[in-house]
Amino acid sequence: MTISIRKFVGTNVKITDWMPRISSLLTTLIMPFIGIIFFLFLWSLSASYIDTSLGKFPGPSAVVTQVGNLYQEHIDERSKEVIFYERQEKRNLQRLAKDKNYVVKTRSYTGRKTFVDQIFTSLITVISGFIFAAIIAIPMGIAIGLSKTLNSAINPIIQIFKPVSPLAWLPLVTMVVSAIYVSDDPMIAKSFVISLITVTLCCIWPMVIQTSVGVVSLNSDWVNVSRVLRLPAVTHIRKIVLPATIPAIFTGMRTSLGIAWMVLIAAEMLAQNPGLGKFVWDEFQNGSSQSLSRIMTAVFVIGIIGFLLDRGMLFLQRTLSWDKSSASR
Amino acid sequence: MKNSVRKIKQQVCQAVISVSVACSFISSPINAQALGYPEKEELTFGFIKLTDMAPIAIAYEKGFFEDEGLYVTIEAQANWKVLLDGVIDGRLDGAHMLAGQPIAANIGYGTKAEIITPFSMDLNGNAITVSNKVWQEMKVNIPKRQDGKPVHPIKADSLKPVVEKYLDAGKPFKMGMVFPVSTHNYELRYWLAAGGIHPGFYAPKKGDTSGQLKADVLLSVTPPPQMPATMEAGTIDGYCVGEPWNQQAVFKNIGVPVVTDYEIWKNNPEKVFGITKQFAEKYPNTTIRLTRALIRAAKWLDDNNNINRPEAVKILAQSNYVGADYEVIANSMTGTFEYEKGDKRAVPDFNVFFRYNATYPYYSDAIWYLTQMRRWGQISEDKSDAWYKEVANKVYRPDIYKAAAQSLIDDKIMKASDFPTLTTDDGFRGPQTHFIDGIVYDGNKPNEYINKFAIGLKAGDKI
Repeated sequence: MTISIRKFVGTNVKITDWMPRISSLLTTLIMPFIGIIFFLFLWSLSASYIDTSLGKFPGPSAVVTQVGNLYQEHIDERSKEVIFYERQEKRNLQRLAKDKNYVVKTRSYTGRKTFVDQIFTSLITVISGFIFAAIIAIPMGIAIGLSKTLNSAINPIIQIFKPVSPLAWLPLVTMVVSAIYVSDDPMIAKSFVISLITVTLCCIWPMVIQTSVGVVSLNSDWVNVSRVLRLPAVTHIRKIVLPATIPAIFTGMRTSLGIAWMVLIAAEMLAQNPGLGKFVWDEFQNGSSQSLSRIMTAVFVIGIIGFLLDRGMLFLQRTLSWDKSSASR
Repeated sequence: MKNSVRKIKQQVCQAVISVSVACSFISSPINAQALGYPEKEELTFGFIKLTDMAPIAIAYEKGFFEDEGLYVTIEAQANWKVLLDGVIDGRLDGAHMLAGQPIAANIGYGTKAEIITPFSMDLNGNAITVSNKVWQEMKVNIPKRQDGKPVHPIKADSLKPVVEKYLDAGKPFKMGMVFPVSTHNYELRYWLAAGGIHPGFYAPKKGDTSGQLKADVLLSVTPPPQMPATMEAGTIDGYCVGEPWNQQAVFKNIGVPVVTDYEIWKNNPEKVFGITKQFAEKYPNTTIRLTRALIRAAKWLDDNNNINRPEAVKILAQSNYVGADYEVIANSMTGTFEYEKGDKRAVPDFNVFFRYNATYPYYSDAIWYLTQMRRWGQISEDKSDAWYKEVANKVYRPDIYKAAAQSLIDDKIMKASDFPTLTTDDGFRGPQTHFIDGIVYDGNKPNEYINKFAIGLKAGDKI
């Protein structure tokens, strides 16, 4: 929506010309604003009525207070970190004085992960899990789309594993990772690997299905062109299949990213990877008077991040995909 | 002249040094050489959000771990199973554990693993809470004091008529505890059985691990933070858990704690610090050093008649440790316990971290848990007295504790008077006489002890 300045300043423009502009302004800016205000009002009203023995339902003001608290805790923890490194340096020097052979090693900060740290951990895990899933899913989807026999072979397995919840996968994944990933001083934490694999297992299916559907519904004219030119398989995939199925792949990726984010929060509640899911679970276990407000804050942060991830994917889709109509919402 | 004087001085100096070195060797027979640097400096410890994880939090916050050269990351775990698995597969180097967990792991009840403990974290600290409804029905059966308040300790005898009423009406009476091999499970069962209520048998050989065989009261596992909500929903009528979940129930008007485990068995062992046997063998210095830090933390908690407890509560109230509100944790940690709302009584030893040799891992404590496992069928056959002692020897490691304590004394960080029985302790406490039902427990005679109970499997019984 643009109101160009020239039009504004320019020639005899009647007010009736502005009506469509005003109505679109109304729809895109003011209505969401009104919607949010109305929701906040409703929330605040109902929160004041829900006061049980297990706690008071957090209202908007409680959430705002907690946002401030969480940020303050993050700042405090950072200053504690500075003091920690100073202490460590002093201790290392002391030891070096006593033991000439000591190889000075700076240990990383052992303090708690703050809310902000946890947000980053969750983001990194979800993006890694998603990329790992994409690397597996897209080739698999293309292979299934191109070969009918492969499709009938793999399809039942996809359909059975698609509805499985991450919490059901978690104990099995934990066991496998613990058995295989044995290292005394691992670079990547085991809990991160467990969360990553669980996210991959759950978000891989929409991408596979969408990609294979995209490949199957390839325009038959293009397939015929490839047959006429007798293109080798790799060129066929590179030049015809892949570009043609990009809209479908992106649709699948968008759905998968949404599912990955939801799955991650659930998996983190048990997998001990220090992310937002663990934050919610720990606050639930704390049972303090602030816990519910903090959980509500986490709910909003999770929602906002999920929304931003989705918008990011949409932006990518609009830039890369040739079929702009599928990327309109 | 000057040269010869200098020479004599030198010789005298050397003589003095060699004599003092020789003396130091004689005076510290256990630790003939200074404790080396830790082999592994970065450690991860796990805990469950209960008040008695305090020694770990204090050792971190007060810098005792760092004094030993250990950089420790402390992580809350989702539940006892995740914690145990974490220690077994190496994700955690050590953890705050229920006293029964290392024992059960060793005998293969649950996941089999060689877990040992060099340090007992605390004594007491649990209580049994019932719902408001059950309390109203129980109250009429309890004798009252002059001031109208109930006489303590409240025995399960007052609960028995309530349970019978439920069973007559065809309703099951359900209670929660935290883990099948938890101290809470055994204390709850002990209390119920002492009042004539059958808590149920386990029959692992038959595949029945519910623990509800022949039970009057059905016991099941509920994670501690969910206990108040589960009781309010009516799914359970009571539970046995550590603090702060009993005081939480009072604060929120959900239930009433009726008895503390201090009253069931005075100064009973509660949590231990568990590590794998491989960890202790691979990193001996690290193990002794972490034990030293924990001993210092435990002493700080009980120092000067609990003068440091308010500061400890402030640390525990942080959301990355126990996280409950300050007031809720403060009660039990500072020596009072609120039973019925408004009925606050002084229980100065509700949480004991260092007094009464709380940190020493006694074999007799391990054997008590084994006897209770046998009593309720988790150990399905009779075992000889020697077997009990053998298992206790494998799991509880007072040798590591003694080395740690002695090195603290040698380094002048603590005094020999802080550990009065260090050299005389043989790993067995004397006969325990302060049980709620008056039965005496002698750790040297486990099978004789098992036969003393009216309710429970006895020698020769099999399910």
